[in-house]
Amino acid sequence: MINDGIVNVSYIIATILFILALGGLSNQETARRGNWYGIIGMTIALVATVLGDVERNFEYLIVALLVGGSVGLLLARRVQMTQMPELVAILHSLVGIAAVAVGFANFMGAGHDYAGAEKTIHDIETYIGILIGAVTFSGSVIAFGKLSGRIGGKPMLIPGRHWFNLGLLVGAIWFGYQFVVQSAGGAGIEPLIVMTVIALLFGIHMVMAIGGADMPVVVSMLNSYSGWAASATGFMLGNDLLIVTGALVGSSGAILSYIMCRAMNRKFFSVIAGGFGTGGGTVAAGGDEDGEVVPVEAHEVAGMLAGAKEVMIIPGYGMAVAQAQHIVYEITTALRKKGVNVRFGIHPVAGRMPGHMNVLLAEAKVPYDIVFEMDEVNDDFPDVDVSIVIGANDIVNPSAQEVPDSPIAGMPVLECWKGKTTIVLKRSMATGYAGVQNPLFFKENTRMLFGDAKDTLDAVFKAL
Amino acid sequence: MKIGVPKETHPGERRVATTPEVVADLMKLGFDVAVEHDAGALANFSDDAYRDAGCEVLETADALWDAADIIFKVRGPDDAETSRLRKDQTLISFIWPAQNPELLEALTSSGATVMAMDSVPRISRAQKMDALSSMANIAGYRAVVEAAQHFGRFFTGQITAAGKVPPAKVLVIGAGVAGLAAIGAAKSMGAIVRSFDTRPEVKEQVESMDAEFLMLDFDDEDGAGEGGYAKIMSDEFIKAEMALFAEQAKDVDIIITTALIPGKPAPRLITADMVASMKDGSVVVDLAAEQGGNCELTQADQVVVENGVSIIGYTDLPSRLATQSSQLYATNLRHLLTDLTPEKDGQIVVDMEDEAIRGATVCKDGETTWPPPAPKLSAAPPKAEPAPAPQPVVEKPSIFGPIIAMALGGLALLGLGAVAPESFMEDFTVFVLACFVGYMVIWNVTPALHTPLMSVTNAISSIIIIGALLQLSSTDTIIMWVAVATVGITAINIAGGFAVTRRMLEMFRK
Repeated sequence: MINDGIVNVSYIIATILFILALGGLSNQETARRGNWYGIIGMTIALVATVLGDVERNFEYLIVALLVGGSVGLLLARRVQMTQMPELVAILHSLVGIAAVAVGFANFMGAGHDYAGAEKTIHDIETYIGILIGAVTFSGSVIAFGKLSGRIGGKPMLIPGRHWFNLGLLVGAIWFGYQFVVQSAGGAGIEPLIVMTVIALLFGIHMVMAIGGADMPVVVSMLNSYSGWAASATGFMLGNDLLIVTGALVGSSGAILSYIMCRAMNRKFFSVIAGGFGTGGGTVAAGGDEDGEVVPVEAHEVAGMLAGAKEVMIIPGYGMAVAQAQHIVYEITTALRKKGVNVRFGIHPVAGRMPGHMNVLLAEAKVPYDIVFEMDEVNDDFPDVDVSIVIGANDIVNPSAQEVPDSPIAGMPVLECWKGKTTIVLKRSMATGYAGVQNPLFFKENTRMLFGDAKDTLDAVFKAL
Repeated sequence: MKIGVPKETHPGERRVATTPEVVADLMKLGFDVAVEHDAGALANFSDDAYRDAGCEVLETADALWDAADIIFKVRGPDDAETSRLRKDQTLISFIWPAQNPELLEALTSSGATVMAMDSVPRISRAQKMDALSSMANIAGYRAVVEAAQHFGRFFTGQITAAGKVPPAKVLVIGAGVAGLAAIGAAKSMGAIVRSFDTRPEVKEQVESMDAEFLMLDFDDEDGAGEGGYAKIMSDEFIKAEMALFAEQAKDVDIIITTALIPGKPAPRLITADMVASMKDGSVVVDLAAEQGGNCELTQADQVVVENGVSIIGYTDLPSRLATQSSQLYATNLRHLLTDLTPEKDGQIVVDMEDEAIRGATVCKDGETTWPPPAPKLSAAPPKAEPAPAPQPVVEKPSIFGPIIAMALGGLALLGLGAVAPESFMEDFTVFVLACFVGYMVIWNVTPALHTPLMSVTNAISSIIIIGALLQLSSTDTIIMWVAVATVGITAINIAGGFAVTRRMLEMFRK
């Protein structure tokens, strides 16, 4: 209905809007505007493609858009903020499956007149697009399972897993070669299917081998993959909008993963290779720190809080599990009314996805100007009267600094033990996801408040 | 079992071993509590208050000692009390077995179980029953109050219409529990506080109280001995230390000394010459007076004035703050009793396997069990642990690595360019540039926004819908239906991704 020129201009506009969207999302002030840029860009791209390239079957298109759109809106409305990581993971899997579907459909409908090197490159593009899509899909499904607790969070390590991965890689390359050769003769669907199965297996195995503590990295890595899948599809279809957008998403996801890894002082590759806390078998290194902990009651905690001037709250995954963010906010308000300076210290990898804690606190209406990053508050701990650690473990573990052979050695942590008193809310004495004992619990100025975070904080709030 | 709390018999002792508040907790453990008439009178706890808490009040000490199974006391028993002690009774009080061997012998021969609050080991777990620390804390505070009483000026500096008042300068020697409490009290009254200790690890604690830690210009000799106490230092060290004190004495207005070495007479730190060099009206408070005093001129339990300097040698500072010290002491006792009654059924079990209980028990079943075997854990970290500084694993990046990688990458690109068709290279250019744009845009993202950013990029990555749209017009039915399904799936992602991002961003507010 409209000519290619107009479609291309629309694509350029959409690309610019996507870049603005990502740029806007990097700052609190401009984030909302950024989201709107994204929505407008997507709408323009959709309308232009529909008007420019779709010739028939509009009724199916509209039904599919309406059904899919309303399912999406419903999901977005229903989801609880604590389940955000799961939602993001499952949405990633949709991009993956879409990339696989588009790739297969493209191959089957091979009405293109490619030949020679062009044909080979096109086949490789198709192949890579499906490969990345399949890995994204199965990896995201497993990540979803782990995050929602349907699959255990412990890393599943099969013996010789690196060899297994290598085998899969060699298999994928070999079938890729087969595919290109057979495709030249008009066949090639079998190697493509076999490769898809291999890629699915690889995705499953990759995420299964990654422990719960590394989930933030995995989620952003899958985010990156979904971008690369879109980009590869763009190469396949010769569509610049797909290439550019996919590359934008892919590189931003990769950078996020890198930032996460840096926050944990881990090498990106070692996270992907999986098996946290097993390298060198030094898990027991912190074990000789066993000692006695000092338990306290909720009303004593309330007393300490009421008597404090500086309070630091360090939330972790436990706060998300217990849905305690609202009561945390009420305690915060009550204390601030009394003139207590309450602040939040957020570790970059607290929770199960990047920025998880910020989202939860925002949901509970905690103003974001009292929520600080680790680097902003770490120097202030000596002045803090009471630090409350809510369901966090590894991110406040002093062995990261004190025990050089600890599995988490060198990981930056919140140095709450330098404050006057630390209160740790915990369900039991179990170790964190890293499986490392935490000497913080045995420090002299640490008090333990056992129980479900929400219940105990309710009691603290009442006592206040 | 019944707990009996007699009135303290030692002259001038105002403390009492339990308070009405603590009685409630003791009764929760299953015990009955009886107190002697007027036991808490000097600490401002009336008989009525005890009665209200559920206590029985007995008129005479005899009646009390007869009725009770467990005796709580502050001071060790005097001769009359020791003779009243029965075989089946348990006595918990301060004993000081090292200083009072005869008392220990008499107690052992009575056959009773005796637990000494001064012998509770200094391990982390036993902190809650560490009565020495709670009493030292009070003594430190009270030392400042006594000093203020005898000091003729303000502690804090002021500029008033009637002239300028300089702040008082306080030197606290020995930064243990008492010293730190004294630093805190003097600091909060507005004085300039300095402190000295032979154990360098307390520097941080002193500085955390906002006081100045005086350092000796001396090769670091560590004064930390067993169990977090100080030990005797070398001669050169003491000489340097004395020079420091002599110099400080001329400058400061108040000296509070808390230096003690366990089992030894208190070290002489402040000589008569130093006192003479102090300004008129200055004050010395000697918390070590009972062990002979840190100051040469100290006389136990007295205030002496030499050269215009008041030297306070009270040995009963906690007792001079009787309400507070009774409260803390009673709580320490309650914690010990909690550990002694694991079943909370009012029956005590003296578990000699328990390190804290073992340490406190000085005699049992007619046998002396003091001194206990050395504690396994020290309150201070053992010296052998020099706290290795975190060694960030910074591998020095080899300059060749990136160069080789870049060279290989460049070669690969050149190779690609040599064979690839033009259309591919156009796409490839766009791709590489887009990667760099993504990198530039994302690098400075606020960590708080990682989640919304991810959900928005997720929504944007559903641009793959374009691929499905291009296939939608296919005449092949299978492909058409696959495309329809893909459109549906990606539509979920588009709508869901943007909507959830919006929802999240709405929540972020200042």
